[in-house]
Amino acid sequence: MHLPDAVDTLISLAREGDMRALARLISVVENDGTQARQVVERLFPHTGRAHIVGITGAPGTGKSTLVNAMARVYRQRGHRVGIIAIDPTSPFSGGALLGDRVRMRDLVGDPGVFIRSMATRGSLGGLAHATDDVVLILDAMGYERILIETVGVGQAEVDIAASAHTVIVVEAPGLGDDVQAIKAGVLEIADIFVVNKADREGADRTFLALQTMLGLGPRRVQHHGRTMTVHEEAPAPDRAWTPPILKTVATRGEGVDAVVDAVEQHREHLRTTHEGQRREEIRIRRELYRILQDALLSRLMERLPPSSLDEVIQQVTSRSVDPYTAAQQLIARAETQPVTR
Amino acid sequence: MANRKIRVLVAKPGLDGHDRGAKVVARALRDAGFEVIYTGIRQTPEAIVEAAAQEDVDVIGLSILSGAHMALVPKIMRLLKERGMDDVLVLVGGIIPDEDVPKLKALGVKGVFGPGTLTQDIIDFICRELGLETMPAMAAAQS
Repeated sequence: MHLPDAVDTLISLAREGDMRALARLISVVENDGTQARQVVERLFPHTGRAHIVGITGAPGTGKSTLVNAMARVYRQRGHRVGIIAIDPTSPFSGGALLGDRVRMRDLVGDPGVFIRSMATRGSLGGLAHATDDVVLILDAMGYERILIETVGVGQAEVDIAASAHTVIVVEAPGLGDDVQAIKAGVLEIADIFVVNKADREGADRTFLALQTMLGLGPRRVQHHGRTMTVHEEAPAPDRAWTPPILKTVATRGEGVDAVVDAVEQHREHLRTTHEGQRREEIRIRRELYRILQDALLSRLMERLPPSSLDEVIQQVTSRSVDPYTAAQQLIARAETQPVTR
Repeated sequence: MANRKIRVLVAKPGLDGHDRGAKVVARALRDAGFEVIYTGIRQTPEAIVEAAAQEDVDVIGLSILSGAHMALVPKIMRLLKERGMDDVLVLVGGIIPDEDVPKLKALGVKGVFGPGTLTQDIIDFICRELGLETMPAMAAAQS
């Protein structure tokens, strides 16, 4: 049977467990047709149960392999797992090569795992928008743990991971000195650090560099040839979360149980403190802002003649008007004009 | 759907590990503006059809150099049919003897591409079969 086009039919098929209907719903929200809103409206009442985990880190740190290993542990523990693997769209062709499935072949044939590769596609925060919607669909379809994998390069990708309930930042030895980790700007968003490829030379150094950077643990310093331990003050009793640093060899599954344990502890931490509420509010604020931006922008565009944007771009290009003034002029023009199309 | 992207699964069923051709084609399709899901070598027919279903692809490209195409392709085509996915465009590339081409086409394979094929020919073929006026990368540049 070929798939029907109607969103309502797709939703009821997907809720009965039809994998293809679920996959088609994701395409619908990804392509952002007029049906996307309909999907979200219908499914929203069934959401809010999933725990969303963002996994980010530099290329080559082993994110896909870790996600694969984590999904296996979650399956052993009886959870259904949704995976969203995001890779960049080429800014030149608009095409994308999505290769994360290569590392996720262990999960094939398990109906409790759904994997979807997504391209960033670019354009006006579209990625985050689509990811929110795909998460929502998987949540509504009963996937209890949703793992989102993004390359930790670029603001949009970091934003996606940062909007998860639990953020895992993956590091690996041999990818550069510890200054690289600071540059990436992802230290601040991590709830859990994973040093993957921990069987490789330099793993201890990566581990120590992270520890030092985070100012964690008793510090051992070499002072005139003697090792001395500097005791830090006890952490404030505000039950703040201290990001653990965990070592894994994801290809062999080593240490991955501990990562999943840490995610579950963090989930518990969010549930028992105000932090969970706070994050949910940030998530929803971000989502609302984006919807408002999109809606207001398309309203503005509806009120402007199709050529007006090109005219203004020409004026700015020839330096006869600055971009701020140009934007104000466009808004003023839209406000006085009736809807033209 | 103005932003609809064409999604293509590139997979290597069977046991030969020669994935250079599959990667070249995957990259050429990406540069033509398609979203390419690459699943790697040694895939079972079941794994390929499951990935195609979850990724909701429009096209499946199979690369086979082992000579096992007459065992693998019929199985994939049958699984696709069972799932109601026989509307997906299936292409086969690799080492396929001439006498097997009509047999594959009888199974529902739309195009067979042997050694020496230009990647542009594959791109043009996909565009034609899907009714695209121009390849996606060109359409993106013009909009």
